[in-house]
Amino acid sequence: MNIENYEVPVSIVEAVQSLQHGDATILAGGTDLTPQTTSGAKEFLRTLINIQHIEEMRGISVDDGRYRIGGLTTVTDILESALLAAEVPVLVDAADHFASSQIRNAASLAGNICNASPAGDMIIPLLLLDAEVELAGWIDGTLSMRSIALIDFFTGPGKTAMQGNELLTSIVFAAPVEGFRAEFLKSGPRPALEISMVSMGVAAVQKEGVLSNVRVAIGAVAPTPIRARATEAVLEGQLLDESLVDEAAAAAGREVSPIDDVRASAWYRSHLTGVYIRRLLNVVGN
Amino acid sequence: MSLEIEIKFSLNGRQTRLKVSPTMTTLAMLREKLDLTGGKLACGEGECGACTVLVDGHTINSCLMFAVDCDGRELQTIEGLATDAGLEIVQQAFVDHGAIQCGYCMPGMIMQARYLLDHNPDKGRKMTRDDIARGLEGNVCRCSGYTKVVDAVAAVVLEESPS
Ligand SMILES: Cc1cc2nc3c(=O)[nH]c(=O)nc-3n(C[C@H](O)[C@H](O)[C@H](O)COP(=O)(O)OP(=O)(O)OC[C@H]3O[C@@H](n4cnc5c(N)ncnc54)[C@H](O)[C@@H]3O)c2cc1C
Ligand code: FES
Ligand code: FES
Repeated sequence: MNIENYEVPVSIVEAVQSLQHGDATILAGGTDLTPQTTSGAKEFLRTLINIQHIEEMRGISVDDGRYRIGGLTTVTDILESALLAAEVPVLVDAADHFASSQIRNAASLAGNICNASPAGDMIIPLLLLDAEVELAGWIDGTLSMRSIALIDFFTGPGKTAMQGNELLTSIVFAAPVEGFRAEFLKSGPRPALEISMVSMGVAAVQKEGVLSNVRVAIGAVAPTPIRARATEAVLEGQLLDESLVDEAAAAAGREVSPIDDVRASAWYRSHLTGVYIRRLLNVVGN
Repeated sequence: MSLEIEIKFSLNGRQTRLKVSPTMTTLAMLREKLDLTGGKLACGEGECGACTVLVDGHTINSCLMFAVDCDGRELQTIEGLATDAGLEIVQQAFVDHGAIQCGYCMPGMIMQARYLLDHNPDKGRKMTRDDIARGLEGNVCRCSGYTKVVDAVAAVVLEESPS
């Protein structure tokens, strides 16, 4: 469709008023939107809303043990955040594995989430942190906010639980508990500019060899990024030894449902899943 | 008539005002409307960096940025780097080290190198060759003259911050 209106809201309230009829395309950094509209994979709706000037949607803060990252915060902002490097390094690590410097400078965190790719890199560490997303809408003449667990946000490749009249304003999560260790791995044939064949995060608290608070998140092996709950259950409260690692690798293999595509075969993705969970448990369990 | 949006921004230090379609890319605007053909269209998908320009001090792939989003911003392109006094130090280093072959990737490569030199990710430490290669990973050179590119940038590192 031809774009009939172009709007540049400067606040969340203004943005959701523009969005209320649901026939608008949201523009953030444009690093997904441009290739998708150029190739015809996605069509523009009647109104184009450039959200880049909503300053209240930028920045990283912590208040009373809750972290909040504004949706427009870029991957570069995350990579360069001293606060996150000190307190939640897994997010910085994932940002460091993200595309190139030029893409990181443009790519927003909300864009990465809303694009809902099963291979979205920032999603995996956020799943380890049990993050929630905050969605704003304009209902009956007022601003209406709701939040939803990130894991419930994804309903399929490119599909989310967000309505057409909603805006993802921020990402929130509780400060990790004492001793929480989270690690991220991503694979691709070259280090840069790579869409993951498999990405995985494992987090846990390890005390005298016993794991608790275990979380396993895997990308690019199912229609959405997943939390591997059965694998987590195998590990939770157990002494981490060789047989437990074998059991966890087997459980993870059963939880993924990878496909063959241009980047990797389903067989290779399953194989990598096993390799990665072993590697990550080795780090997190140490 | 299809929609056209008026935008105003600073381009290489000069205030610029023009009308663009809401779907036009910044690269297309620079090349087709403003005749600044230094930045190149190669992949058009963010993979190669040939279209790299500085926006508010950060490099981006101009093939992915919407031209309407330039409104109110500060753009710098390769055309704005040299002055009447001569080439900018990075440009000169590329010439001196024979880092340029066909030249297609160079405007983007030089803009990214300039950005990297100004944004040393590890500020206390001098950039190594590995840091330079890593910082330029979004820039592909089809003539694959990467060694001399790194030589050129490493020389600027020494020149700008001699130990
Ligand atoms: C060359 C290249 C390499 C890449 N490498 C990686 C990589 O390594 N890892 C990775 O995960 N991704 C990668 N990507 C994908 C992309 O850069 C990211 O998904 C990025 O975070 C998208 O953010 P954006 O701000 O550019 O979003 P946009 O392109 O502006 O928007 C993306 C989508 O989300 C919607 N949207 C954006 N913000 C909001 C909001 N606040 N509320 C509601 N809807 C919204 C838009 O309407 C659009 O549908 C790569 C892309 C390219 C072109
Ligand atoms: S032309 Fe823009 S990145 Fe290749
Ligand atoms: S010099 Fe030819 S593409 Fe780089």
